[in-house]
Amino acid sequence: MSVGLMILILLALTACAFHLGRKRALDLSQRGKNGTTKNDLHSLPVHYGSLGALWCALPALIVMVLWIAFEGSIVDGLVIKSLPEEIRALPEERLDLVFNNIKNLAQGNIVAGEVDLVMRRAADHYRDLRGIGNTALGMTVLVLALGGIWLAWSRVRPQLRARNHIERIVKIALIACSTIAIFTTIGIVLSVLFETIRFFGHIPATDFLFGLEWSPQTAIRDDQVGSSGSFGAIPLFAGTLLISFIAMMVAAPIGLFSAIYLAEYANPLFRSVAKPVLEILAGIPTVVYGFFAALVIAPLLRDTGTIIGLDVASESALAAGLVMGLMIIPFVSSLSDDVINAVPQSLRDGSYAMGATRSETIRQVILPAALPGIVGGFLLAISRAIGETMIVVMAAGLAANITANPLQAVTTVTVQIVTLLVGDQEFDSPKTLAAFALGLALFTITLCLNVIALYIVRKYREQYE
Amino acid sequence: MNASSNPKPSPDGPRRVDVHTSQAMKLRLARRHAADRRFRAFGIAAIAIALIALLSLFISITSRGYTAFVQTRIALDITYDAEILGIGEEANAQDLAVADYRALIRKSMQALFPDVRERRERRDLLRIVSSGAEFELRAQLLEDPSLIGQTRRVWLTADDDVDMLIKGYIDRNAPETERRLGDRQIAWIEYLEEAERIDTFFNTTFFIAGDSREPELAGIRSAATGSLLTLLVTLLLSFPIGVATAVYLEEFAPTNKLTDLIEVNINNLAAVPSIIFGLLGLAVFINFFSLPRSAPLVGGLVLTLMTLPTIIIAGRAALKSVPPSIREAALGMGASKMQTVTHHVLPLALPGMLTGAVIGMAQALGESAPLLMIGMVAFIVDVPGGFFDPSTALPVQIFLWADSPERAFLERTSAAIMVLLAFLIAMNALAIVLRQRFEKRW
Repeated sequence: MSVGLMILILLALTACAFHLGRKRALDLSQRGKNGTTKNDLHSLPVHYGSLGALWCALPALIVMVLWIAFEGSIVDGLVIKSLPEEIRALPEERLDLVFNNIKNLAQGNIVAGEVDLVMRRAADHYRDLRGIGNTALGMTVLVLALGGIWLAWSRVRPQLRARNHIERIVKIALIACSTIAIFTTIGIVLSVLFETIRFFGHIPATDFLFGLEWSPQTAIRDDQVGSSGSFGAIPLFAGTLLISFIAMMVAAPIGLFSAIYLAEYANPLFRSVAKPVLEILAGIPTVVYGFFAALVIAPLLRDTGTIIGLDVASESALAAGLVMGLMIIPFVSSLSDDVINAVPQSLRDGSYAMGATRSETIRQVILPAALPGIVGGFLLAISRAIGETMIVVMAAGLAANITANPLQAVTTVTVQIVTLLVGDQEFDSPKTLAAFALGLALFTITLCLNVIALYIVRKYREQYE
Repeated sequence: MNASSNPKPSPDGPRRVDVHTSQAMKLRLARRHAADRRFRAFGIAAIAIALIALLSLFISITSRGYTAFVQTRIALDITYDAEILGIGEEANAQDLAVADYRALIRKSMQALFPDVRERRERRDLLRIVSSGAEFELRAQLLEDPSLIGQTRRVWLTADDDVDMLIKGYIDRNAPETERRLGDRQIAWIEYLEEAERIDTFFNTTFFIAGDSREPELAGIRSAATGSLLTLLVTLLLSFPIGVATAVYLEEFAPTNKLTDLIEVNINNLAAVPSIIFGLLGLAVFINFFSLPRSAPLVGGLVLTLMTLPTIIIAGRAALKSVPPSIREAALGMGASKMQTVTHHVLPLALPGMLTGAVIGMAQALGESAPLLMIGMVAFIVDVPGGFFDPSTALPVQIFLWADSPERAFLERTSAAIMVLLAFLIAMNALAIVLRQRFEKRW
């Protein structure tokens, strides 16, 4: 029985359950009214119907989702356990290969290599297990759904507090939905943490954090030249810092000054046009910025450099940094705009009353008052710049240099994560695991920046509210 | 107007008093006003720089990309000769599908340029027509088998180098070694131009084909379909979950540690770099749950987690803007808390929530970094047919094409960007319309 068919049957049964629950409630209350005792329904008929539908669908659905999520690993484990000893003793990647062949054989796909009796038996076993699993799932779902209907039929009485039951179930569902945010964070931390610990099993953590050399190769042969590979992340951090610094040098003044102009000088009409236009910059996909940096700005810089006699790398940090700065202008400007507008009007009025000009008011009253919020906005923008991927992947290089010269090529943490993980991977080589260690570093840094920034911004808001 | 004199009382109106009594003070004031004007000029300059950068971004992309919407074609007189095709008189569809259409083009070219005899030159000559041209002939013949034996003038897709030459991206006067077309080829093309056998047509291939190694045969259809499937998953998951979370946090949640924890998490997730979500998808969905790599389902799941904070935050703002009097009235009439929310608050907040959802979807449509992590960066020719098929997305296709060295791919990359931006603008316009049409001011 396919999953689609199962869902269709379940839907039909749920509709049945709804109808039955509703009808049963109405019937019972009717019968009561014809007799002597008053027998009003506690809830609306539709509540009894919905309760029946929920009893029918919910348990079956939960079982189904759990089964689909874990069927693969359970069946795989059982098949591997049934394999003969000598195959199970193979190293992990060989075992994977054999197992893939078995799967292909079971599904009737093309199989690499020749098929022996053991494999055929394993494939049959695999197919049997999946068949049994599927049938068992179908039966369970059916029994649960019918059980739900029976429950609805037998439990529905006019006194049943159907609405309260439903509201409790809905509330639990709402709570479950809102905890997804927590589980996402836990998922992120666990997924990068586990791989990072495995990575530190290959490479010492101090080598990773303080090493000055980054060349993530893994040896194919033992006696290969440079076979060890070096995983010192300092060049990546330095490159990330350089590009983010350039980006902030562009975005901080432009963003701040445009926010000041829009908040303090501009007339409402100009403001209503210029603000959304600036926001467009935030809506442009980063891949477009990457294209712009790699194919417009970088050649432009290189040609300009050639004319004035400077040696500009074709994947210079400057090109990526400039365009990234362009991208984060709206973050800086809209966050600064918010905090400047949150400064109470009385402070401005007081300053003007003392005879200060507008720029003096801004520089000496408004900016100091808004400073924490502006700093918070800058921190958020820096975290955005550090975590930005597509611009640097397309416009910054792969060469891990430690340099402060913006005309040279540098590489960043995000670029290396992408290069290490795009394409074929094996999950026990330090090369792949290094990407997760970099991910953990990136996550930690941006998390710290965000927490500090959000704390500052919130603290500042409380001050004036 | 000198420093010491008192102004004379004017005959009509109140007496004007110049409060700036000393020359030094006036100078100071002038300086201060100049400083104010400078400051103001900085502000204008900052906005101008940002706008100019935005404008140059758009201009550089459109100026590079608009030519990709037309494609150069070459008119050849094709004789559908059964003999050359290598099929019998009574050919069925099976025979037609495998016939030698390249030979038809070769024959027609030879008739057009009878003096080209040498093998290498003939190959160069054949190369000005795209390698996909034979499939165009096949499609024609499969549609109408009665063409066999007839001669028709057919406009066939030209090779990308010819296309670039016609669009003026290849300098005809450059030395032969510096361009991708030989002198002879340019001479042939000029001959074809004079015979009015070269023209540009609207480039339908770009919209109906999948990816290809040949720029003139490459299109965005498979990537766009992949994006659509991914977004569908994202919308179906993130909108209900986001609305549920917003409703819980805004309407039901007690102020306790758990609620605080959820709020802190949502705010942080909104600022986590998107590539981290890709790592999560790789480790959890692909390695742990062994879902297929490159599948729109996994892409949708990852983008769901990424857009949830946006939708939740927008949803909470929408719920907050519903005045408490509505809730109080409903509760006063005896509605339960849940009925108040579902019957009254939620319908009123829905437009705002939809706006947030549309903005979240626009964000998800432009996102590519997490998709790289889960393997949605692949050479996909076929249009994906389901949520488990390998596929790619429009921004990733742009990323892939931007890496290609051919000049013609540069043009197509820009065109794909224009299509992507058009979608984004449409979605944001929808969000604005939704907000203006349905948002109530209380």
